[in-house]
Amino acid sequence: MDKLTRFASVLAVTTCFLTSPVLAAGGGADLASADIDPDNMNSLQRGAANFMNYCSGCHSAQYVRYKTIGKDLDLSDEMLVDNLMFNADKTFETIQASMPADDATRWYGTAPPDMSLMARAKGADYVYNFLKGFYVDADSPTGVDNLVLEGTSMPHVLWELQGYQTAHFSHHENEDGSVTTTFEGFEQVTPGSLDSEDYDEFVRDTVNFLAYMAEPVRGFRVVLGKWVLIYLIFFLVIARMLKKQIWKDVK
Amino acid sequence: MARIEAEVGTPKGGFMKWIDDRFPFTETMKYHVTEYYASKNFNIWYVFGVLAFVVLFIQLFTGIFLTMNYKPSAAEAFASVEYIMRDVEWGWLIRYMHSTGASFFFIVVYLHMFRAMLYGSYKKPRELIWIIGMLIFLVLMAEAFAGYLLPWGQMSYWGAQVIISLFGAIPWVGDALVEIIRGDYSISDITLNRFFALHVIALPLALIGLIFVHIVALHEVGSSNPDGIEIKENKGADGVPLDGVAFHPYHTSKDLVAIIIFLMIFCAVVFFAPDMGGYFLEHANFEPANLTATPEHIAPVWYFTPFYAILRAVPDKLWGFILFGLSVLLPLFLPWLDRSRVRSIRYRGPIYKSALTIFVITFFTLGWLGTQPAEPMYVLAAQFFGVLYFAFFLLMPYYTSIDKTKPVPERVVYHG
Repeated sequence: MDKLTRFASVLAVTTCFLTSPVLAAGGGADLASADIDPDNMNSLQRGAANFMNYCSGCHSAQYVRYKTIGKDLDLSDEMLVDNLMFNADKTFETIQASMPADDATRWYGTAPPDMSLMARAKGADYVYNFLKGFYVDADSPTGVDNLVLEGTSMPHVLWELQGYQTAHFSHHENEDGSVTTTFEGFEQVTPGSLDSEDYDEFVRDTVNFLAYMAEPVRGFRVVLGKWVLIYLIFFLVIARMLKKQIWKDVK
Repeated sequence: MARIEAEVGTPKGGFMKWIDDRFPFTETMKYHVTEYYASKNFNIWYVFGVLAFVVLFIQLFTGIFLTMNYKPSAAEAFASVEYIMRDVEWGWLIRYMHSTGASFFFIVVYLHMFRAMLYGSYKKPRELIWIIGMLIFLVLMAEAFAGYLLPWGQMSYWGAQVIISLFGAIPWVGDALVEIIRGDYSISDITLNRFFALHVIALPLALIGLIFVHIVALHEVGSSNPDGIEIKENKGADGVPLDGVAFHPYHTSKDLVAIIIFLMIFCAVVFFAPDMGGYFLEHANFEPANLTATPEHIAPVWYFTPFYAILRAVPDKLWGFILFGLSVLLPLFLPWLDRSRVRSIRYRGPIYKSALTIFVITFFTLGWLGTQPAEPMYVLAAQFFGVLYFAFFLLMPYYTSIDKTKPVPERVVYHG
């Protein structure tokens, strides 16, 4: 039984390591890391403001209530009403886009997706790179294309902040006649109001908030989880003593 | 009968007598718990039966509470799951326990089955326990598959689309069968509703019934042990097996330690990594089912992928389905495929040890391949390991009969 306990303890510790949040990150291979810090309250609050100012006109977050945001991000009801709630009266309401979905479909060909779970479905890195990936494309109806999602119908909403960039591609003809296109880099052509580093921070805060919205309970569950494990360790010690006591006569 | 005669002399009264005169409570408790003797030398492989019971309880308990808030309709299912995750008090915990429980059910059951292969638990006279166990495994697969449709995410929808369409490969009745399963010409609200009914009533009932029979059969024959010796053949003067200890309090106190360690691992996943990197909760399932957009890569949940890899490895649709079905059903015949004179791996020869090692590697590799896109290299690898998978079972009668076994001791090996 000592062997059993030792083996199982090793197993438990290994699992804890394996299941550390690092593993939870998804996304493709060549996406730059969003490097978000879900415990940074200031970043989340800035991200909330960014989202409500720049995104929520078109994108809903239909499962997220203002009140929940207020509770989790240390914002009072007054702060919510004054700074974040542009088209809602009550804090228990969910985030609805101002643009009607029917109009959106007529204007863009597709309604902007709901943002409640986007960071969880696509990964934070994906959204981060998407928001940084717009480049000038004269053939596109919106004037831009996106490196991460080719042919996206979303315009470059953040152009005032980022400015415009062009993308450089190199083309390589393979032996079978097909052409491989490789992305070589962006080139800034019109400056925005933020420099490159500030824009990255802006996007990082926004993505941090999107990741929060995808799972508001994340912070609490991690804190609670530690207490649960501490309790179980305590329980394990007692159960181990009980077992030893009961088995002491078995030869 | 000696036991009952001994008790006639002792006056019994009160509440327990009142019960026992009307229901065999004390007798049943003795038979199944306090006087059920199992070998004292159980090792870690022998805890997974009890752990499967723990997971079953977790799934039933959390399932009841999920059902209170879940809406089985195509229009509302996805939103109701998010409602549980965000607005229902402690709903997130209940849901994560249930989704994590599904994966742990398979982890535990796979390890439980592997124990039987390590120590020959399925061999005579325990063939029926094994067969009932395999039926439990099949019902569990159906239960997990039905449950996976319920969140109505992209992977729920398209995963079900792929798996249900497999039945269309069956000649003559295939198309009609697919229509019966779906209840519609495509996966729809109707499919979701009937899968809900199967998931919360029909299959759990079958599961509980089969588990009951599994345990009754086990207690009739008695548990095997890591040495593969019948402890009933060495009884003391009191009729109790010399190497056996009572299920309660001995094995229960030992199992309690195992249960707590299991819960620590389980809770680590629930609280720190409920997605398990996309293996327990697939990323694409956080998008609502979209009938017009196929996800770029459809993969079943990890516990189906070894069999799914075999399915994809076969170029022909019908043969793919047949071999897929066979790969699931073949373990059913283990009691007759295994011709070895000994049960336990401890006394088997090098051939079976090598075969079992290769089988474990094969199973893991197929499982990994099933999660990957069907690229030519992966398909080729799946074909190679698919052949190994079938070879393990089909060649077993030969290699187990020529394998050199070691002598089995009289009594179980126990070091205290």
